[in-house]
Amino acid sequence: MSNQKALFCYLDESARKMPEKIAIEEPGKGAISYQDLAALSNNVRDMLSQIGVQRGDRVGVYLHKSIDAIATFFGIMKCGAAYVPVDANAPITRNVYILKDCDVKAVVMEKSFEDRFVMEYGESEGLPYCLILDGVGCGIPLKEAIADWTHQPDQKTAQTVDPNLDDIAYILYTSGSTGKPKGVILTQQNAVSFVDWCSDAFEPNDKDRFSSHAPFHFDLSILDIYVPIKHGATLILISEDVGKDPIRLARLFSEERITIWYSTPSILSLLTQFGRMEQYDYSSLRICLFAGEVFPIKHLKALKSLLPEPSYYNLYGPTETNVCTYYPIPKQIPDNQIKPFPIGKTCSHLQSIVVDENGKPVQRGVEGELCIIGPGVTQGYWNLPDRTANAFLVDSQGMYWYKTGDIVVEEPDGNYIYIGRRDRMVKKRGYRVELGEIESVLYNHPLVKEAAVIAQFDDLHGVRVKAFLSFNEGEHGSIIGMKRYCSENLPIYMVPDLFTFMDVLPKTSTDKIDYQRLKDVG
Amino acid sequence: MAGTIESTIKQYILDEFLPGEDPNALLNSTPLISGGILDSLATLRLVAFLEEQFGIQIQAHETGIEYLNSIADITSLVQSKM
Repeated sequence: MSNQKALFCYLDESARKMPEKIAIEEPGKGAISYQDLAALSNNVRDMLSQIGVQRGDRVGVYLHKSIDAIATFFGIMKCGAAYVPVDANAPITRNVYILKDCDVKAVVMEKSFEDRFVMEYGESEGLPYCLILDGVGCGIPLKEAIADWTHQPDQKTAQTVDPNLDDIAYILYTSGSTGKPKGVILTQQNAVSFVDWCSDAFEPNDKDRFSSHAPFHFDLSILDIYVPIKHGATLILISEDVGKDPIRLARLFSEERITIWYSTPSILSLLTQFGRMEQYDYSSLRICLFAGEVFPIKHLKALKSLLPEPSYYNLYGPTETNVCTYYPIPKQIPDNQIKPFPIGKTCSHLQSIVVDENGKPVQRGVEGELCIIGPGVTQGYWNLPDRTANAFLVDSQGMYWYKTGDIVVEEPDGNYIYIGRRDRMVKKRGYRVELGEIESVLYNHPLVKEAAVIAQFDDLHGVRVKAFLSFNEGEHGSIIGMKRYCSENLPIYMVPDLFTFMDVLPKTSTDKIDYQRLKDVG
Repeated sequence: MAGTIESTIKQYILDEFLPGEDPNALLNSTPLISGGILDSLATLRLVAFLEEQFGIQIQAHETGIEYLNSIADITSLVQSKM
């Protein structure tokens, strides 16, 4: 493959071919054409270059989901730098940790975050350059910030870097077992190989209207943003508010005539249960993609009976590989099917093996850990050489296979069945949750003596996170107080659903916390 | 009337989202959404409960923090629809 490619080439090429075409819509607010999006991203590139951002740097993006954010991503990549999107709704301490961890040169940020960000960051630590936008929406606050900047003296136009597949495109932070999020490094090659695979697999075209449901710090956003832009299609941005409100979401899904939908199964289940979908027309929809967790068959059947026409695909893959296997759901789901569908076969740009606990390949039909190799696979974690080394299996030819941590079994027809996790990570509504990260936050509470967190699944609630705590002598906690404390230190999806207080947590014979007994209690 | 509505809502929140909590710790003013007690899914389940229990219809724009962040707020919303 030639080294002359990068995600921003897709935008510039679509802007050249169809300048007037709408690239992105913010429903009810406005839209931007390909030529305006390309021009705006060039302005961001110029501004960032002027403040010294160059190839190899990282730039934080602390913005709500918007055209402003997407133009910023392209502008950053056009400098040869990597964007680091943080969750605008997460506690600021977590976001500051992330931006410090990867040592960002600059942060593009909404004004509402500025004061607390500066306070949390601590000016003594050499605050990164903060480019402040007065909110977000349709690219307007970004244009205003650019207009202010261009009025300053000595402004210069910069050049877009030559595309290079080895440049880091973005770093996505996911929950980390040590109590701190860890940054997964994804290069232009990782991203471009995935986007090109999507083109082959789903054959999108410039008439398509893609949903963008996932937040931008989540890896589903890579397909959402870059596949439509490559094909000159239109991206419909779904705001965080509407995204979690099935009644408004069901209406928007229909009114915006979405042709390719992509989200977690949880969102599709919510739409089916609470969205009152039967009153709307979804005849535009041709492809429905879901990923991030197991889709309970009951809810998938309900969705398919409401919307029988589109093609459905189950996509699977961790952030480290993006999608690495996929499975087309059959047109008719047999009535007696009760097991979830397989995660399918390996995507054509990747290869897979299944290994036992000694790293030796197992025979088809035997359970083992799924490992992946190919141009879509991360090189590792930012600033964590040991974690990176542990994440890969080196085979006898010296090839590095990413160990997904997921246990699978290969069926006779070559499809993989997902069995479960090898470690303590769970997926809750599509988000990766390391139970150890929650425990570590709980241990930081001044009253807490011991903390243990488990996850359990039931059909009614899906995955629920349960915390067990004991307190220092003479101290008592309240469930309300603990929930509030967690919500101040963790994203909301990581706040335990249930708390149990104990005098002392149960122990094994080696004096470790006995998680099995907690599961029996839980 | 308001007292009955309040206590029904309070009991539901305690049973569903705070099992094991001392009922006296949950005040009418305790922040529910901003306090990490109700996430988006819990909010939907609460709305479905309110609609069924009180025979009311809650509009999409009323399912956010402005209307549902405390038992007092929820009670006012329910009362305004009865």
